[in-house]
Formats: sequence, C-alpha cells, structure tokens
Amino acid sequence: MTTRALEAARNGAAAAPAAGLARLKRRAGRWALRGLAGLVFFFIFIPVIFVLWISLFQQQIVSFPPEGYTLRWYENAFARSEFRHGFGLSLQVAFIAMVIGVTSGAAGAYAIVRFRFPGREAFNNLLLGPLVVPGIVAGTSLYVYYIMVENLLDVDFRGTLHGLVLGHILLTIPWTVRLVSASLVGLDRAVEEAAMNLGAGPWTTFRRITLPMMRPGLVAASLFSFIQSFENLELTLLLVGPGRTTLPVAMLNYLEFRIDPTIAAVASVQIVLIGALMLITDRFVKLSRIV
Amino acid sequence: MSELILDRLRKEYGSFVAVDDVSLRVEEGELVALLGPSGCGKTTTLRMIAGFIEPTAGRITIGGRDVTWEPPYRRDTGMVFQSYALFPHMTVAQNVAFGLEMRKVPRAEAETRVRQALDLVRLGHLAERLPRQLSGGQQQRVALARALVVNPGVFLLDEPLSNLDAKLRLEVRVEIRELQKRLGLTTVFVTHDQEEALTLADRLVVMDHGVVQQVGTPEELYESPANLFVAGFIGRSNVLRGRLAERGRFISKGGLALAVPADGMAPGEAALALRPERIVVAPGASDGGVVGRVALVTYLGAATEYRVTLDGGETITASVPTPRPGDPLKQVAAGDAVTLTWPAESCRLLAPGPGATPDEGGL
Repeated sequence: MTTRALEAARNGAAAAPAAGLARLKRRAGRWALRGLAGLVFFFIFIPVIFVLWISLFQQQIVSFPPEGYTLRWYENAFARSEFRHGFGLSLQVAFIAMVIGVTSGAAGAYAIVRFRFPGREAFNNLLLGPLVVPGIVAGTSLYVYYIMVENLLDVDFRGTLHGLVLGHILLTIPWTVRLVSASLVGLDRAVEEAAMNLGAGPWTTFRRITLPMMRPGLVAASLFSFIQSFENLELTLLLVGPGRTTLPVAMLNYLEFRIDPTIAAVASVQIVLIGALMLITDRFVKLSRIV
Repeated sequence: MSELILDRLRKEYGSFVAVDDVSLRVEEGELVALLGPSGCGKTTTLRMIAGFIEPTAGRITIGGRDVTWEPPYRRDTGMVFQSYALFPHMTVAQNVAFGLEMRKVPRAEAETRVRQALDLVRLGHLAERLPRQLSGGQQQRVALARALVVNPGVFLLDEPLSNLDAKLRLEVRVEIRELQKRLGLTTVFVTHDQEEALTLADRLVVMDHGVVQQVGTPEELYESPANLFVAGFIGRSNVLRGRLAERGRFISKGGLALAVPADGMAPGEAALALRPERIVVAPGASDGGVVGRVALVTYLGAATEYRVTLDGGETITASVPTPRPGDPLKQVAAGDAVTLTWPAESCRLLAPGPGATPDEGGL
C-alpha cells in the first residue's frame, strides 16, 4: 500500500465514526436531559410519596421496612379535636383571607396596570413586600403591632379570628397582585373601548367585559391565596391563641410530644385536599397558562 | 344615519400637535377615507370622533348634535377596530347582541336583529361559536355585524383590513363597500393603504403631520394633486424640481426646458409632477422629445417600467403597456437611448416643498 492510499483509508475510517459519534452524542444528550428532568421530578415528589406511604405504616415509631399497613392513624387524626378544630379554623381563615385579599389585591393590581400616578412603582413594591419579609419576622412585628393597637383601641387582636385573618391577608395580597397584573397586562384595551362604543358605561364595561376577562387571573390568585393561607405556619405561630389554632400549628404542637404516623395522616389529608383544589381549578382555568 | 361635521378639530400632546385644525363634512351615506402615513393623525381623528380621545379644541357634530364632550357611550357611533376587539368570553351572537342589550331593545326584537345582522355578513351558522374559534376574516365580519346591528349614526372603521391576508382583504373590501352603500351608512374609514382608499371611498382626506393636505374624490386627488405630498402619496409621480421661467415654460434643475399647462401659477421656483403612465417611450434618440438612457427595465406583466437617466442627470420613470414581441421597444435594454414624450397637460405644476417619497427623482 502506498502512503497516499493508507492515508485515504485512514481518513475514510475516521470520517464514518465521526458522523456516528455526533449522532450518538446528540442522542446521549437527549437522554441525559430526560434523565435529569426525571431526577428533579423524583426529588420534588419523594417527600410527598413518603408522607403518603408512612401515613399507612403499622408501627408507631417510623422505621423501615413497614411491619404492615393500617388506617388507624387517620382514625386517630380525625378523633383528635385539635386537628378537627384546626382544620376547620384553617379553612375558615383561608377562605376569609382569600376573599378579602383577592378583592383588595385585584383592585390594587388594576390601579397599578391601568393608571399612571406618582408613587405607582413604590405602591407596587409595597404590595409585593410581604413576599420578602420572613414569616417569623412578620409574625413578630404583627404581634407587637397588635399589642399597641389593643392598648390604643381596647379591642383584642392577638389570638382572635380577625387578628389571624388580617395577618393572612398580608400573605394573599402579593400573589394576587402578581397574578392579576399579569392577566391585565395581556388584555386588549380596544375590547373595553368596543363595549363603550356600543353604549356601555364605565361600570357596565367593567362588570360585563373587564371582570370576565380577568377571570383566569382571579381564579389563579384565589387558589394560590387560599393555599398560602391554609399552609402558613411561621406567621401564624405568633397570632394563634389558646383554643384557636390552625392546622399547621396544631401539627407542630403534636410533634412536640409524639412522633407517630398520625402527623403523616394529617399531612396526607392536606396534600390530597390541595391537590384536588388545583385539579378542579385547572378544569376551569388552565393554570399552566397563567402561572 | 346622520351627517358628521368636524370643525377645526385639534389635538395637542404637550408641544406636539397630533391633529391640526381638521375641518371636514361627511354627508349622509357618504364614505370618506382618512389616508396618510403612520403618525399623520388619522387614527387620532377617528378616535376623537368615537370619543376615546378628548380634543384640545374644535367641535364634533353628529346629525346636528354637538357630541364634542359626550362620552363614547353616548355618541351613537359604530366602530370596527383594527384588532376587531371582540368580547372573547361571549359567543358571536352575544357579541352582536351586546349593543342592543345596552340600548334596552326588547329580547324578541333583539334576537331578530342579531340574526339579520349575522345573515348580512353571512355568519348566521356560526352564532354559537366563540370568537377564538373563528378565522380572522370571520372575526372581522362579526365585528362589522356588531357595529352595524345598532344602526349607528356614524360608522367608523380603523384599518379594518390590515390584519387580513391579501386575497381576503380584497373580498372584505368589496363586502364593506356593498354593505355601506346598501345601508346608506355615513362612514369614516382610516387606512394607510392608498389603493384601499381609492377603491373604497367617495372622497379621500389625505393627511400628513396632523394637517389635511387635500380633500377630494379619488379622481380629483389623482389627476390634480394639490401639493407634492399628495402627488407622491396617491399613486406615484415623477418629480422634477426647477423653476417656471414664464407661463407655460418650465426649466428643470438639470436644464431641461419643458412645455407645461399655462395655468394659474406665477413664474418662480416650482416642482413638476408627472405620472409614469402618461409617458410614451420610443427607442432611439430623436427630436421632439426628451432623450435619455435606460438605467433599468422592470417587467411587471401587463406593464413594463423604464427608469431613464436624462442628460442633465435627472431620472424619470415611465410605465408603458408591455410591448408585444416584434415591437422595437421590446429590444430596448439598459444602456440604450430612448426618447420620452408626453402631453403637456399631463404635467402638473406644484409649489416646491417636501414630497412624500424620499427617492423622488426616480419616483
């Protein structure tokens, strides 16, 4: 073989594997991406899966493998009044906070998106503020603030329903402002003009046209506000009073003295409830399009 | 239907004058197009008529009623928006019924009228659809039906064809014109497309920088543009700059002496506008015409365009019916000498000033 033929052969041999290698690399890259995505999902869902699993364990002290399965922790959870009352109070607080928070937050978002006024940016940041303040700090501040107000007005705030609701409204407003602003920004103003052109006054236009078009944003805001309030622990810790604890606080109190799967059962109920809420909401408004 | 009168309508934004004392009278049943480049104030004018923008000064009268300070919902105008602006959460029928509902029309009557309006735009079968389930052309027709069903005093159209593809645009254009004629609608139509305006409107209002440049029928505007802007914006014009030496004789900057109509203009600096299709092109250099060299031949099917550089350095574009095979003109290519002739009456003398096209030498 001449050197030239040898070289040609070598080049040819090198070229074919090079093309194959590139394809292999692309395929490997795709699989790596899928693998990574799967890993992340697994990582996110593993605590949820474990909570659901552990809530069915037979033994009182959680250890692996399970000795058997039982529903008695659920029985126990429902039998204990602090969980029943906590659940009821949490629902109540979350619902009221959601209604008030979404209404006022949506009004604020409307003002921010639609009007140009001095201090608009500051107003926007103020409404988003509660997101940056750690719950414990906010709770402590509220506690101190409530004492001051109580002294001043002679009305109880600490450990009362309205005190709790007021605190939780703070949690719901930033979410509402974000989500509702987003839905308003994408709204074509010509649609409102068309309504006015057809004879609708400002209020009718708002009620019949603007509000329905804001609906996806409002639904999403309501859902997230509800969840924020329902699950909150840090801020709530300082606002509950004797005989008036929310579910997360009741769970924490229980954990101080016992570690048995009852807590997992309570958490499971909570997870299922919120999951169901999200699924139902998604039937009416595609959440993935808003959030 | 009612007559619409704009009386020295003006809109200022700070020191910027968006609409500069526009006066206009739209007769009952007339279709007037507001035409001009973007930012010329045509949309601002339309939005002032609809009541979405408050004028700085001036008066708007619809059917004898002064509505200058009335809110949009008390003006009795029917507007079709560029984006159609259908109510996304209502069906087609609900969209169309909205205006009747606002006017408290009894339900039975409203239903009949909605059906009639939808039949008018041939959408009766889609009454229960949501807007997002319709094509662009169908959405457009819903918007038309919604604006028409209330029998507005004035019908307003804001670039209603700009979101449609070319073929559909032509169809809807004809449709709008037929509807407008049939219903005798007093209509103001905003567009930046001169072809659209020429084919649709009874009269055109050409605007630039907030100022009305000329008002007239399509023919008046095309044949007798009032200034260089209109000459360049409505159709195309060759523009030669120079001076009017005496009545009937124009000397261009390139030294060309041309016979022009001896009309009103006094001798002095002037511009000459000449439509490309009024020029006859003959091969070879000969007396009795303007001689130049072909710079570019553009075949356009029915017509062929010759861009000709004159000896003085000026360029003129001529558009002639495409020569048939055997015609000596067929052989003419870039670099060849040609002679251009045109009737003197085709030249239009205008005051010198800024034109509509930056490249005005060759159009």
